Amino acid sequence: MRISGTFLAAIGFFFGVIALIYWFTAYEDAGFLMLIGSAILGLLPGGYYLWWSRRMRPLEGDVDDADMSDGAGVIDAFPGSSIWPFLLGMGALFAALTFIFGLWLAPIAAALGLSAVIGGVIESRRGGAV
Amino acid sequence: MTTTVETPELIEPEEPGGPDGHGPSDHGHGGEHAEHGPTGLLKWLTSTDHKVIGKSYMITSLVTFFISGAMALVIRAQLANPTSSLVNFQTYNELFTMHGSLMLYLFAGPFAFGGLANYIVPLQVGAPDMAYPRLNALSYWLYLGGASMMTLSFVVAGGAASFGWVAYAPLSNSINSPGAGTDMWLMSLGLTGFSAIFTGVNLVATVFYLRAPGMTMFRIPIFSWNMLVTGILILIAFPVLFGAVVMLFCDRHFGTHIFSVQGGGVPVLWQHLFWFFGHPEVYILALPYFGIVTDIIPVFSRKPLFGYRGMVFATLSIAALSTGVWAHHMFTTGVVLLPFFSLLSYLIAIPTGIKFFNWVGTMWGGQLSFQTPMLFSIGFLFAFLMGGVTGVLLASPPVDFMTHDTYFVVAHFHQVLIGTTVFAGFAGFYFWYPKMFGRMLNERLGKIHFWLLFIGFWLTFIPQYIVGLKGMPRRVADYLTSNGWTGLNQLSTVGAMVIGVSFLFFLVNLVQSWRKPVLAGDNPWDGGGLEWFTSSPPPHHNFTHLPPIRSERPVWDYNHPEHRKDESHGDKRHREHEKETVGASS
Repeated sequence: MRISGTFLAAIGFFFGVIALIYWFTAYEDAGFLMLIGSAILGLLPGGYYLWWSRRMRPLEGDVDDADMSDGAGVIDAFPGSSIWPFLLGMGALFAALTFIFGLWLAPIAAALGLSAVIGGVIESRRGGAV
Repeated sequence: MTTTVETPELIEPEEPGGPDGHGPSDHGHGGEHAEHGPTGLLKWLTSTDHKVIGKSYMITSLVTFFISGAMALVIRAQLANPTSSLVNFQTYNELFTMHGSLMLYLFAGPFAFGGLANYIVPLQVGAPDMAYPRLNALSYWLYLGGASMMTLSFVVAGGAASFGWVAYAPLSNSINSPGAGTDMWLMSLGLTGFSAIFTGVNLVATVFYLRAPGMTMFRIPIFSWNMLVTGILILIAFPVLFGAVVMLFCDRHFGTHIFSVQGGGVPVLWQHLFWFFGHPEVYILALPYFGIVTDIIPVFSRKPLFGYRGMVFATLSIAALSTGVWAHHMFTTGVVLLPFFSLLSYLIAIPTGIKFFNWVGTMWGGQLSFQTPMLFSIGFLFAFLMGGVTGVLLASPPVDFMTHDTYFVVAHFHQVLIGTTVFAGFAGFYFWYPKMFGRMLNERLGKIHFWLLFIGFWLTFIPQYIVGLKGMPRRVADYLTSNGWTGLNQLSTVGAMVIGVSFLFFLVNLVQSWRKPVLAGDNPWDGGGLEWFTSSPPPHHNFTHLPPIRSERPVWDYNHPEHRKDESHGDKRHREHEKETVGASS
């Protein structure tokens, strides 16, 4: 956890420095803003992980001499087969087509998308997340 | 139905001197963990298993690769003769646009981070699946939707997009590029862009949080490291592309003037946004393939990787620098800061050089064996070296002013991209195919594939460098006899046809492996990563047992206890053993 946090924060720091250099040499807005955005992208999760890493015991995956017995027990709950990602994907496809070929496709997109969202949520509840 | 997955059981290796060289296939794979889901077509539609999704990704991206390759052959046939009229100019523009778009957006990236990485990364880090399996499935369906939309844009009135894969404003606005084909192109980028972002999230979360106990960050194979960094690059780059695509769509349909001078917009802003995506994209396409080669070379050199940490830091520096060099594609616009972008572009040569040094260092003194994956990896080294060196040339603004938009640049990026996505990509395909399908590919056909590809590759692109230096611009559908470019173009066309023929051997190889399977076993290459510990193909949720993970080659340590290299500082027994071996070899 600590190493992941450091890693992300270092990325953010690097882009912060590059952004400053870029701003004071090139005076160009678009690139500066995108570099600042990248810096925040690293610093936000990186800072969050670093904050938590001091309050949590390390993950077994980060311990040099951890064995499977140290991580024994449930890793996580994984979903089995599910039709909803497919329907959501097709909903997105029809939504994109709506923008090109007109609003008559919108009901199909909405029906597919909504049913996928509702179905996915119900499935998660019934599957019983951990 | 949700199932909980427990940590696999530990299986201790035999003591030194025991039987070695065999995977632990007799330890009861499958069985209780077998999937009880639907079968047939419904299985492919509903599966959230990273292995099924990975295979779907690979098949789809290979199909786009072949469609797009066929377009390249038509382009080369058109250019084989001056004032040729094989296709008309509009069709030619559509062909080179779609060739670039399909290859870059739909083959090169998805083949690596959707296909190989999806399949291999959870296996390499000892995870039962990707971190978000349903999001992973959604990624694939978005990708399939986007890919079909882009490919089918040929059939709409007005034809496919025809402004090059970079869609520069103002050529891509509604006056210069009317028609639904362009809109389909844009929307397809939106869909595949989101698919890539979701895959990036999945890769980062998987590598950060689903590593098996003991699989620390500095023990995961370099391929997984590179996929982690690729995932982060995706998260930096693709949102920018999506933003740019939305802006362009608004310019085309909703009357905004973001990229048009008439309304107070800035056309060159498109280039800034596009290349802020586009240059990291180049490394999104390259880093996974560097990772593949880095995993293959040690196996066929029978040595541990030379300079593991150097490789990791080289990957990180390449990724970091790649986000600060976007405007080296825009030197000739005259509105970018040349020294800044030139310097950062030169700097990328250093970590890339470190990688080359380490690849050569890994092979140095090893027991090399030249099976197909290794041949393709070495082919990658040559191809990428040539592409990289000409890339350093192009980072120099004076050279770039001379060669911008000529065939010199075309040859450069084809050498880089074919070096990575085709040579290294197929190296990975030949390498992991036995793991994915449980059967071997034919070595003889694989070697014929390699040699034809290798010869065709140089024959195609070396003449393009020369014809570029002679002044032939890119994206032209014809030229005059008096230009003196005919001979070189014909050589290049012959080369492209040889590349085309080489892939017939690949297809024959695939068919043969299905009709007359040669079973692979768990670990046909004697590899060292965790993916070689489980059965081929792996059971549902991948592992029932795992070996102790004490180095970056846990399976090698397991199979060859006499060579065990142990970096754990807490485990005294193994440290003593290491001292002895080090003492004996020095």
